[in-house]
Amino acid sequence: MINKVREHPTQNESLLFESSSPGKRGYQLPDLDVPAVDAREALGAANTRDDIEGFPEVSEVEAIRHFTRLSTWNYAIDLGLYPLGSCTMKYNPRVNEAVARIDGLAWAHPYQPESLSQGAMEVIAALEAALAEITGMDAVTLQPAAGAHGELTGILLIRALLASRGNPRSKVLIPDSAHGTNPATAAIAGYQVINAPSNERGMLDLSELARLVDDDVAAVMITNPNTLGVFEEQITGIASLLHSKGALVYMDGANMNALMGVARPGDFGIDVMHLNLHKTFSTPHGGGGPGCGAVAVKSHLEPFLPTPRLARNDGGWTWDYNRPESIGRVRAFYGNFGVLVRALAYIMAHGGPGLRNVTLDAVANANYLRKLIEPYYQLAYEAPSMHECVFSDHRQTKHGVRTGDIAKRLIDYGFHPYTVSFPLIVHGALMIEPTETESKQELDLFVEAMIAIAKEAEENPDLVRTAPHSTRIGRVDEVTAARKPIVRWRPA
Amino acid sequence: MLDTIGVSSAEDLFAHLPAETRLRRPLDIAPGKSEYEIVEYFRERAAETANGYTSFLGAGVYNHYRPVLVDTVISRGEFLTSYTPYQAEIAQGTLMTIFEFQTMICQLTGMDVANASMYDGSTAVPEAAMMAMRITGRDHVAVSRALHPEYREVLATYMQHQEARVAEFEYDRDSGGIDFASLESAIQPNTAAVIVQSPNFFGMLEDAKRAAEIAHTAGALLIVVFTEAVSLGILEPPRDADIVAGELQSFAISPSYGGPFAGIIATKEKYMRQIPGRLVGETKDTRGNRAFCLTLATREQHIRREKATSNICTNQALIALMATVFMTVYGRAGLRELAEQNLAKAHYMAGKLPLRFKGAFFNEFVARAPESVNERLLENKIIGGLPLGRYYPELADCMLFCATEMSRREHMDTVAGVFATEEAYAR
Repeated sequence: MINKVREHPTQNESLLFESSSPGKRGYQLPDLDVPAVDAREALGAANTRDDIEGFPEVSEVEAIRHFTRLSTWNYAIDLGLYPLGSCTMKYNPRVNEAVARIDGLAWAHPYQPESLSQGAMEVIAALEAALAEITGMDAVTLQPAAGAHGELTGILLIRALLASRGNPRSKVLIPDSAHGTNPATAAIAGYQVINAPSNERGMLDLSELARLVDDDVAAVMITNPNTLGVFEEQITGIASLLHSKGALVYMDGANMNALMGVARPGDFGIDVMHLNLHKTFSTPHGGGGPGCGAVAVKSHLEPFLPTPRLARNDGGWTWDYNRPESIGRVRAFYGNFGVLVRALAYIMAHGGPGLRNVTLDAVANANYLRKLIEPYYQLAYEAPSMHECVFSDHRQTKHGVRTGDIAKRLIDYGFHPYTVSFPLIVHGALMIEPTETESKQELDLFVEAMIAIAKEAEENPDLVRTAPHSTRIGRVDEVTAARKPIVRWRPA
Repeated sequence: MLDTIGVSSAEDLFAHLPAETRLRRPLDIAPGKSEYEIVEYFRERAAETANGYTSFLGAGVYNHYRPVLVDTVISRGEFLTSYTPYQAEIAQGTLMTIFEFQTMICQLTGMDVANASMYDGSTAVPEAAMMAMRITGRDHVAVSRALHPEYREVLATYMQHQEARVAEFEYDRDSGGIDFASLESAIQPNTAAVIVQSPNFFGMLEDAKRAAEIAHTAGALLIVVFTEAVSLGILEPPRDADIVAGELQSFAISPSYGGPFAGIIATKEKYMRQIPGRLVGETKDTRGNRAFCLTLATREQHIRREKATSNICTNQALIALMATVFMTVYGRAGLRELAEQNLAKAHYMAGKLPLRFKGAFFNEFVARAPESVNERLLENKIIGGLPLGRYYPELADCMLFCATEMSRREHMDTVAGVFATEEAYAR
């Protein structure tokens, strides 16, 4: 019995290029109040184009129908639980959207005089201060555009600090449970990646780590809680170990939703970390961005932060470009300001006590799911769960059903799947993060679906293996897509 | 729920955290505020910025009209509050719009393949440079000094850790375009890419064809960068480039004090597997329907880890959707008409000011301007040009101006009037 959804028709829709008709238009420009200029004369005939071949030609109503129809083919947080582990898909308050569109903020040009930018700069300063307090760090840069960009910034800071001490070193330790961006980032920053194994409790092993740390290690990149949703209980020991060898500790803050108001990375030995404002601080994911990968550091890394830095002088806020030790810019201008506005609105709405409640509720929701799902699926690790819980498809594979199949079947039950097959150290992982914004009713429907699918896996495994059945399209042939890539439309 | 879990309070769920990791005091952040108070706070901050001013700033961030449809579409929760489209069966809406986006970027730039977006134009440049280094196996790039100064700074940050060197070549002091002798002397046997911006930072058109010949003769790739996407409505696309890297802010993305914007990388078919970031491809489902999915993921960090083409994960999907709606609304005829209006406005304004360079320009230009001009303009609630001395000491007496379809004749006349007065004072 599926209680959350039932089928209803969705509209078909072609690609814009296929539904275009010559001469159709959806715009009206004002009459020119200056003389027209002949483009070929002003720019040179060789420099001008006659046409944008294939570009859309549709009316306004066709345009709105096109995008509205396509939107109904998407699942979204606004429709229900979106339990992607480590993605923190929480409700996105609409006041965030409203304030980011206020004219003075939305239309502020990054090069307008500082005297006419004080409000925007104040927003940046207020957010930097709040994030420093939440993380227990000393300084924050908001320039990085996303989590991976924040990671790169953080590793470059470490490199710059170590270089200033005489040797940037050559290796970065990364746990085998880490997100793929961690090793990719270390490689781009010029480091060799050394894999650090987890122990039987799903945590980084201090004694194993001690064996790996030598004078060539620049840093460890740790996620805490890690991607298993487990708090690294030896974190202070790990930090002491690295520090004793002259190395630093980087923390991937993707899972900060588990710690707000409860524990602060700056208090447990972290030197530098990034936050995903599009996760913990509710700025929407938007189908894959924009985000902000704010980077928070202890004071010894502050001189190396990207230029410019916000500073205070007699006239108010100013941008300080005189930062001789800075790693340089990682992005033009000052970061994804519109995202910063949204994140500050979120922090203001919750306040200090409210943020702590967010964390308590997020962890309670995850543990509630864990408890009710555990009888039916193999728990990956027994260690206590924080904001997410991770299962293995071990029991279901006996019937030929894998994590990817269970995920697809969840779609029929009206849910977006969990994170599939990650972290890599768990066989057939089901990584489930409900977040704090889900009600008991929604969680119970999810549990009901998970239990039903576990039974289906035993009694009718083909039903699960061929899911989804209720969607507009069936399973997608990703193999052919990669083998014979068609990545743009072309006229037939 | 707590009974089910088997704890008496949510606090108990943190009991296993070592004592030394725990925060023993409340966060020093004021208690939660109502929606009304939050809106008021941001209205006050907005009032402290340049409300109600007319601006002639460009320099990578442009003042274009945003069709109402753009916010209408991106405010739909199905686009706004969905994740990266990993589960194709329930993300066809996002996937199909990205496929359309990739197609339109190809149509605009004259390239064969475009990715699903980069963070912005400034980060697209080093990603394009690293791509060229992978393709050629070389470790040096030659970059024009007329590339946006902040883009060059970002490039330098990325390149210093790739064990790659960057050589800058000059712009011609007379035309404002590439100094080709300087370009030729900047090229070395290990040059992977020549990077030029067109229209360049000064608004001037570059001879990309000639730059391509020089780059290709040396076995290097040509990367052409654009910051003003509207120019592609009227300019011949850089078909001789191997990689195009650009910024789409002009396509209905509000200036928003510098972001979020959306960058792109587009390239030739033969380099498709070296492109960074996400790509959407067309395929079929089990029932024979047309379907779309993320593809060629073996380039990416979540599969390849430290061997990935880039570390990029989250990009600028919603912003790319804004640009997609913009391109749809204006379409084939409209983007050209919009570009023509920009051209006309800028040339009207430029005709009244003392221009620094002689070359052809689109909607930005450099004028010799006494420093006092901007102060006088502010008194008229007009933000003037960008003083160039900070970026180009040799242009300390110059400012970069931009006029768009939003620029009104009366304001441009005011600028011209102030120029005349201040120049008279200066003499």
